[in-house]
Amino acid sequence: MSHFLRRQGWVAGLLAFFVALFIITKLIQPAYGSGDFGSLARAVLPYAFAVAAQTVVVIAGGIDLSVAAMMALTSVTAASMMAGASEEYALFVVPFVLAMGFVLGAVNGMLIVVTRVPDIVVTLATLFVLQGAALLVLDAPGGAAAEWLKALISGTVPIPGLPDSIDAWIPKALLVLIVCLCIIWIPLRRSRLGLSIYAIGSNELAAFRSGVPVKRTRIIAYALSGLFAAMGGLALTMGTGIGAPIPGPYLLASVAAVVLGGVALGGGKGGLLGPIVAVFVLRLVRTDLTLLAIDPNVTAIIEGAIMVAVVMFGAFITMRGRQ
Amino acid sequence: MTTTPLLDATGVAKNYGAVAALRNASLSVLPGEVHALMGANGAGKSTLVKILTGAISANAGRILIRGEARDIRSPAAARRAGLLPVYQEPSLIPDLDVLSNLRLTGTPVEPFRAWVRELGIPDLDIRDTARDIPLAVLRVLDLARALAVEPDVLLLDEMTAALPANLAEKVLEVVRRQGDSGRAVIFISHRFVEISALCDRATVLRDGETVGVVDIVPGVEEKIVELMLGTRIVKTHVAARSAAQKASPAPARLSVRNLRVGTKLNDVSFDLRDGEVAGVVALEGQGQDELFSALAGSIRPSGGAIEVDGQPAKFSHPIDAIRAGIAYVPGDRAEALAMQRSVRENIALPFSAALRNWGPINMRRERAKVVSAIERLQIDTRAQGEVQRLSGGNQQKVTIARWIAADARTILCFDPTRGIDVGTKQEIYKLVRELAGNGKSVLFYTSELEEVQRVCDRVIVIFGGRVVDIFPVEEADEPALMRAAYGLPRGAKADVGILADPHSSPETAHASEPGATP
Repeated sequence: MSHFLRRQGWVAGLLAFFVALFIITKLIQPAYGSGDFGSLARAVLPYAFAVAAQTVVVIAGGIDLSVAAMMALTSVTAASMMAGASEEYALFVVPFVLAMGFVLGAVNGMLIVVTRVPDIVVTLATLFVLQGAALLVLDAPGGAAAEWLKALISGTVPIPGLPDSIDAWIPKALLVLIVCLCIIWIPLRRSRLGLSIYAIGSNELAAFRSGVPVKRTRIIAYALSGLFAAMGGLALTMGTGIGAPIPGPYLLASVAAVVLGGVALGGGKGGLLGPIVAVFVLRLVRTDLTLLAIDPNVTAIIEGAIMVAVVMFGAFITMRGRQ
Repeated sequence: MTTTPLLDATGVAKNYGAVAALRNASLSVLPGEVHALMGANGAGKSTLVKILTGAISANAGRILIRGEARDIRSPAAARRAGLLPVYQEPSLIPDLDVLSNLRLTGTPVEPFRAWVRELGIPDLDIRDTARDIPLAVLRVLDLARALAVEPDVLLLDEMTAALPANLAEKVLEVVRRQGDSGRAVIFISHRFVEISALCDRATVLRDGETVGVVDIVPGVEEKIVELMLGTRIVKTHVAARSAAQKASPAPARLSVRNLRVGTKLNDVSFDLRDGEVAGVVALEGQGQDELFSALAGSIRPSGGAIEVDGQPAKFSHPIDAIRAGIAYVPGDRAEALAMQRSVRENIALPFSAALRNWGPINMRRERAKVVSAIERLQIDTRAQGEVQRLSGGNQQKVTIARWIAADARTILCFDPTRGIDVGTKQEIYKLVRELAGNGKSVLFYTSELEEVQRVCDRVIVIFGGRVVDIFPVEEADEPALMRAAYGLPRGAKADVGILADPHSSPETAHASEPGATP
C-alpha cells in the first residue's frame, strides 16, 4: 500500500484536485449535472488520445511535435473515406486509419534513429509534412462519419444492476477512452517492451548495456504514439461527424498534460493515468472559467499559472519527502 | 594436455580516427581462474573491456569463446555467449524498480535474491526504485544480477572501488569462489592488495598492447609495475629551479586542510606556495577530480578547510575562487572555452564578464590585455575568429592565456596536455615554469607521469581519496611515481630490476632496462 501511494501519489493528488475542482464547479453552477459531465468526457476524448500519444514518446526520452498534425491527417482520411460510403465500410476504415497512424509514427521513429537528427527537428518536419498531406486529402472541413461510430461516443451505456442515477455519470466517451487505452497500455506496461521504453528514457547507456535494443524500442515508441494519435483523429471525426484538415490545439495541450501528469520531460518516469487525469483537470478548469464568465484571454493566463504552480508544488512535496 | 581457454582474444585493435586506442591486445582466460587485467591510465583496459562485452566493436582481432569464434556485436550477444560485465558505473535503470530491472534482462529472481543475501545485503526490497538505492548497494546488485545468470566469464571493472570494507570483503569472497567452481573472472583493479589475494594470473596492457602475462606470486608487484612502464623510462630532466626559492620557501599561498568531498576525497591536506608548481599524481578516479572541483569552487567540500594567503576561504561558486585569484584550467578544452566565439572574446571573458564590470566594456583596456596575452603565449591566431578552428594545443594556450590576462595568482591545471601534440606540450611546460618563475603558483595534475619531472617542484600522490605521499621531484622518477600511485609504500625499495635503486641516475636506469624486461 505504501508502495502504491509512493508511486501513485502524484496521480492521487491530481484526482483529489479534480474532485475539488468538481465541487467548485457544482458551487459555481448548481445545475452542473451528468449531462455536462458527458459533454466534458466527449470534449476530453481527442485531447486524451493526444496526451497518450505524447506520453509514450516522452517516457521513452523523446518528444513528438507531430501529434496534432497526425490527428488532423487521420481525421480527414477517415472522414473522406466514409463520405457517401456504407455503414459497414467504416468497419474497414477504422483499422485502416489506425494502421496508418502506426506506420507514420514508425516512420517518425525510423527517421530519428537512422538520420540521428534530433527528435524535435524530425517531428517538427513531419508536422509540416502531415499538415500539408491533410490539406491534400481535404482542403476544407468536410467528409462524413458512419452513424454507428458517432453513436459510439454519445450518451451513456445502460449497465444492468446499476441505478440510472449512477449510470448517467458513466458516459460512453469515457468508456471508449478507458477501453482503448487499457487494451494497449496494460499489456505494454507488463511486457518487456514496456520496460524497455522506460529503460531507454531513463538511461540509454544503462539500457544498452542491459541488452535492450535501443533503436528498435525507440521506433516502436513512436509507432505507438502514431497509433494513439490516429485514435485521436478518429475521435475527432466521431465527435464532429466531419474531418478538419487544420490541426487543433492538441500539441501544446498534450505537452502541458504530460508535464502536469507527473511524467518527467527528460523521460523514464511517470505513467499514462496521470496525464489522462491531468487533461480532465485542464478541461474542467477551462469549463469553470467559462462558467465564471472570465475573459477568454485571461483564461489562458490562469491555465498557465495553474500549471506552473502545480508542478512547483509537486517538486516541493517530492523534495520534502526525500529529507 | 592444455585446457581450452574459456575466453581467448588475440590481436584486438581499435582505432578512433587516427588514434589507436588498442593496437594488439590479447587476453586468454582459463576455466577456474581469476584473471587480473592491468595497465596504467590510457593503456586500453576499458577499450578492451568494451570490446569483449559488445559495447563497441573492434577493428581487428579474433575472439574465441570456448574455442569457437564468436562475433560479439552487442551487449545482448555477449550475454548470450556467457560473458557478463559489471561496469564501474551502475547499470540498473534508475527509474525502474529492482524487479523490473531483473525482468528487463531476463534475470531469474530467486537466484538473484540468494546472491544478494550471500553478498551481505539481507534486507533488500526488490520493489525499491534503483534511484533510491545507495551507490554501494547498487554495485552489489549489479554483481548479483550478473551472478544470477551463471556467466562463464564475469568481467568486473573496479568492482570494489565504491564499496565499504565489509561489502568489499564479501564480494572478494564470492569472486574467489566463482573461480574455484570452474568459471572465470576477469578482474580489473588498481589495488595490488586485492589482486595478490584474489587473482591467479595477470595480463598487463601498455599503450594498447598486451606486454605480458604473469602468474601472481609474492613480490610480482614490481614486475607488473615494470611491465606497465616498459621502455617509457626515458631520461627526463628535472626542471631547473631557482636557487633562491629553494633556500627560502615562500609562505603558503593556498593551504588545504583535511579536505573531504563526499566519499571520494578524504582528509586531504597540503600547501601550495607562491612560485611553486606542485604536481598531483593519481590513477583515474582517486578523488583528484573532486579535489580540483572543490578548489575551483564548482563543488562544495563536505568538510575541511581551504585557506588562501592564510585566510580561510569558502567557495560557493567558481566566481568566489576566481576573485581569490584561483583559476581552473580543465583538461577538456570544451569545458572552458566558448568554442564558437573568437580568441579575443574567450581571453577577455573572465575579466570583462565579472559582475563588478557590468556596463560598457572598456574596449581599449581589453584589447591591450588580450594582445599582450596572445603575444606572450605565441598563440597562432590565423584562425582567431572561432576558437574551435584552432588546434588543441592552441586552444589550451587560450585557456591559460585568459587567466594570465585576468591576473590569476594560482592556476589549477587538470591534465592540461591531454591530446596535445608534442611541440605544444613543450611550450605549455615552459609556460607553466615561467608562471612559477613570476611568482604564481600552479597545481598540476597529470596523467602522464613523465611530465612530472619536467614541470613540477613537488609531487602529491593521491590514492583512494587520500594523500599517500608527498615527495620532492628529485625522487619522482616514473617507477617511484607509479608505485606510489598504486598505493605501494615508498619504503620497500630494495628490490629487483630497474627499481633496485631509485636514486640512480636516469641513464643507469635506462641501461639496465632491457635486461629487466622479460
